[in-house]
Amino acid sequence: MMGMLRMKIGLVIGSVVLSAGLWLGAPATATAAGGGITFEKQKWQHSGPFGTFDRAAMVRGLQVYTEVCAACHSLDLVAFRTLSALGMSEDDVKEFASDYEVEDGPDNEGEMFDREAVPSDYFVAPYANDKAARASNNGAFPPDLSLITKARVGGEDYLYALLTGYEDEPEDFELGDGMAYNKYYSGHQIAMPQPLFEEHVEYDDETEATVEQMSRDVSVFLTWTAEPAMEDRKRMGVKVLIFLGIMLVLLVLVKRRVWSGVH
Amino acid sequence: MSGSTFETDNKLVNWFEKRLPIISLMHGAVVVYPTPKNLSWWWTFGSLAGVALVIMMATGIILAMHYTPHVDYAFLSVEHIMRDVNYGWLIRYVHSNTGSLFFMVVYIHIFRGLYYGSYKDPRELLWIIGLLIYVLMMATGFLGYVLPWGQMSFWAVTVITNLFSAVPIVGDAIVSWLWGGYAVGNPTLNRFFSLHYLLPFVIFAAVILHLWALHTSKSSNPLGVEVKTPQDTIPFHPYFTAKDLVGLAVFLIVLFFFVFFAPNYMGHPDNYITANPMVTPAHIVPEWYYLPFYAILRAIPDKLGGVIAMFGAIVILFLVPWLDTSKVRSSRFRPIYKQFFWILVLDCFVLGWVGANAPEGHFILIGRLATAYYFLHFLVILPIVGMIEKPLPLPESISQPVLKGEQE
Repeated sequence: MMGMLRMKIGLVIGSVVLSAGLWLGAPATATAAGGGITFEKQKWQHSGPFGTFDRAAMVRGLQVYTEVCAACHSLDLVAFRTLSALGMSEDDVKEFASDYEVEDGPDNEGEMFDREAVPSDYFVAPYANDKAARASNNGAFPPDLSLITKARVGGEDYLYALLTGYEDEPEDFELGDGMAYNKYYSGHQIAMPQPLFEEHVEYDDETEATVEQMSRDVSVFLTWTAEPAMEDRKRMGVKVLIFLGIMLVLLVLVKRRVWSGVH
Repeated sequence: MSGSTFETDNKLVNWFEKRLPIISLMHGAVVVYPTPKNLSWWWTFGSLAGVALVIMMATGIILAMHYTPHVDYAFLSVEHIMRDVNYGWLIRYVHSNTGSLFFMVVYIHIFRGLYYGSYKDPRELLWIIGLLIYVLMMATGFLGYVLPWGQMSFWAVTVITNLFSAVPIVGDAIVSWLWGGYAVGNPTLNRFFSLHYLLPFVIFAAVILHLWALHTSKSSNPLGVEVKTPQDTIPFHPYFTAKDLVGLAVFLIVLFFFVFFAPNYMGHPDNYITANPMVTPAHIVPEWYYLPFYAILRAIPDKLGGVIAMFGAIVILFLVPWLDTSKVRSSRFRPIYKQFFWILVLDCFVLGWVGANAPEGHFILIGRLATAYYFLHFLVILPIVGMIEKPLPLPESISQPVLKGEQE
C-alpha cells in the first residue's frame, strides 16, 4: 500500500523533474516570447560551448548598424577601441573613430569644443537626450542597442525574427497611427517602421544584402556588443570544466581510499 | 567546542596555544570532531553552503571595488565591470550564479533537516540559527539584486518595499523610512548597498554560532538515533573532508557550467535594461528562490493578509521543532510522514511555478490551494501524523543498523 503511494509520488516528482528538464533543454525550433508568440531559433556560429563570433558577419553587422540603425539607436556602452575584436587594425579603428565628432572640454578658456573622436571614445548617440529621441520618433523611444540581445527574451533569435517579421497587417487588424505591423512583436504593433530593405547597404565583401542577411549580420554584431567577452568565457569554461572533471575523478578515488576501512 | 586531544612539540604553536588556544579549537572542530559514520551525501550541503558564502564574499568585495552605488552610474558601473575590468565578467558571473546556487544548496540543506528530523531535541537552536541565516540570506539576496539598477532591480524594490505599506497606521511612514524619501531613489540604492555589504558578515557570524550549536549537540544522522559508543563515529578529518571535497567538486562543476555556458540563465533579461521609473515591466518576477513566497503573497486577496501569510510561511518553520510530535526523528522510520514530506516538496515546486506566472486564470486557484496545503502541512499534518503514526522499529545504534533477525 505504502509502496504504491511512494511509487505514485515518485512518478509525480519524476514527471515534474522531466518536464523541467525538457524545458531546460529548450525547444530546438521555436522560442516563446510571451503573448503566445513563437519564432525560429537560428543556427549561429557563436552558439554552443565552442562557439566563436563570425568575424565577417560582425564587420557587415557594424556596417548595417552605422548605416541604418544608428540613425535612431545609440550604442552607448561600446568604445571604438573594442572594435579591434572585429579584426580591425589599430589604424582602421582610428580612422573609423575619426568619422565621429564628440564634445570635449572645457578648454583653458572654459569653452566646450567639438573634436574628432579617438579610439578611447564611445559611439556617439544620434540624439542629445531621451526627449529629443522621443520627439523625433512619434513619441516612441528607440532603445540603446548595446545590450539589446541580453535584454530581450530570445536574444539574437528574437532580434533576427523581429527584423525579418515586418509584413502588411491583416485586414481585421486596427493599426495605430504611425505604427507598423510585425509578426513577432508583442501585440504586433511596433513603433519602429521596417528598418531594412533589399540592398539597403552595399557590403564591401559583395555579400548580397538581403533583408535576412542584414538582419543576421546585425544580430551577430549586437550579440558581440552585449557580451564582448563571450569567446574568452567559453574558452576558459572548457578548460575549467576539464580541470574540474579530472579533479572530481581524483577526489572520488581519494575518498574511496580514505573510506575503505570504515564499516 | 568538542573535547580536543590536541598535542604538539612545536614550540611556536605551544607558545600560541598557552595564550590563545585557537589552534586546538580548530583542531577539535574540523579534525577530530566525532562525526556519525553513517552520514549520507545529503550531509555535504552544509559545508557547500559555507563554501558558497566564502565565494560570495570574496567576489563581492572585488565587485564593490568597481561598483558605484548611484542611480546614474550603478548600471554603467556594472557594465564597466563586464567590459573593462580584467576578468570582471568572470567575477560578476561567479557572484550572481553562486548567489543562485547558494540558495539551491541551502534549500536542500533545509529539506534534509526536515526529512531527517534534524531540528528535534536537542537541536532546536541549531535549526533556529540555521533559519536565521536563511532569512538573512533572503534579505541579502534581495538587496544585492537591486544593486545593478536594472528594470527588475528597480521594480522588485518598489514592489517589495511597498508591501510594508500594508501595515496599519504606520505603513506609509515605514515605507518612506525604508526608501529614505518619497520614492525609490538614490538614498534607497545607497543604503541597500551599505546593507548588502554588511549582512554577509552578520551571516558569517551566524554561521559560527550554527557550527558552535552543531558541535555542542553533535551532528544528526540518517538513522536519527543518537551516537551511543565511539564505534558510531569517525573523526571529521580525513573522512568527511575527503567526502565533502567530492561534493565541492560536483558543486563547482555545476557552478562553472552556468558561469561559463549559461551565465544569465537564472537572471531576467529585463535587468539588462536600465531602471526606468516611468516604464513598468509586463511581469515583475523576483529571483527564482523567492517564487514560492511570492505565490503565497499573491494567494491572499488582501494586501495585509498576503504579507502576513508570506512572513507566516517563514515564521512557521521556526516552530517546526514543537509542531512535530513524533518520537522518532528520521522519516526513514516514519512510513506515513515520509509520504507527506514528498508532497510538501512537490507543493513548494508548485508554489514556485505559480509564483513565476502572472496571477491569472487557473493559477489563482492553484496558488491558493498550494498555499493552503503549505500551512496545512505544518499546522495539521505534522502534529497529527506524529501522534497517530506507528514508526518502524529503530536500530539499536548506528553501528548496528540492522535489528536482530531482520535482513535488509
